[in-house]
Amino acid sequence: MNHWSELDRFLRTDPRDVGCAQATEMLHIYVELVVAGEPAEERYPDIAAHLDACGPCGEDFEGLLAALRSEAP
Amino acid sequence: MTAQTSNATPQAVVAAPHLDAESARWIQELAEPGAAREAALARLHELLLNIARREVARRSPRLAIAGPELDDLAYQAAADALLAITGKVGQFRGESRFTTWAYKFVIFEVSGKIGRHFWRHPVVSLGAEEWERLPARFGFDPAREAEWRDLAAAVRRAVDTALTPRQRRVFVAIVVNGVPLDTLALSMGSSRNAVYKIMFDARRKLRAALVANGYLPDDPARGS
Repeated sequence: MNHWSELDRFLRTDPRDVGCAQATEMLHIYVELVVAGEPAEERYPDIAAHLDACGPCGEDFEGLLAALRSEAP
Repeated sequence: MTAQTSNATPQAVVAAPHLDAESARWIQELAEPGAAREAALARLHELLLNIARREVARRSPRLAIAGPELDDLAYQAAADALLAITGKVGQFRGESRFTTWAYKFVIFEVSGKIGRHFWRHPVVSLGAEEWERLPARFGFDPAREAEWRDLAAAVRRAVDTALTPRQRRVFVAIVVNGVPLDTLALSMGSSRNAVYKIMFDARRKLRAALVANGYLPDDPARGS
């Protein structure tokens, strides 16, 4: 890995990124697609872009995903 | 607050025809005052508390909170989530299972309470600038300092010259000092969404400055 690659990845912004408000509004729908094995990233690339870049929203997504998977028989 | 003592006013709810049976049952029971609603609130509180405890446990390795304080945080998150859910149940549109929608509230409550905890008990300074930490934040190898020294200096110059004072404050707090975004939002009297937007613009401007000065590749196809 080049010494600048992590910095470069962090600074890159995705114009599809919808921001926290829209991503959290849709999070319960997005997470069910993921749990169902549906292509959530293809269906909602704007939300996927946000969850990839926003640490707090990504953490909330991981928490909700873990909650749903904890229910699995 | 406990599930049994919740006195939130039931919302007028019309169950959407496409609701799954379990979600429809939740909505119906929560809409009608009486014993069935109290029982549903108690069941929902138990579910939320279970999720909250799992979530604080999942996050605990990265938190300076432990033991009874962590369980208290989970309990408060579950209670506040239940209150929020009963207040907004009329907004549930059946786009997911009811419980998935409900769990979202308790996850957000856990997030918010952790952010508030760090605000009240900061483990990193909200005001100081710890630029010596920047290389480690981006995985720069100390043994190869000769290779990244100029880049790190260029980042600092760009932060000082390309950003507005507000963007600079947010970048330094989050990236240089490691302040959690939610905690910074609280300290600024702002929201996660607003602080993220400031940070988004700061990232874009910093990258443009570093590309213009030849420190990063100009590769718009991979993002801007």
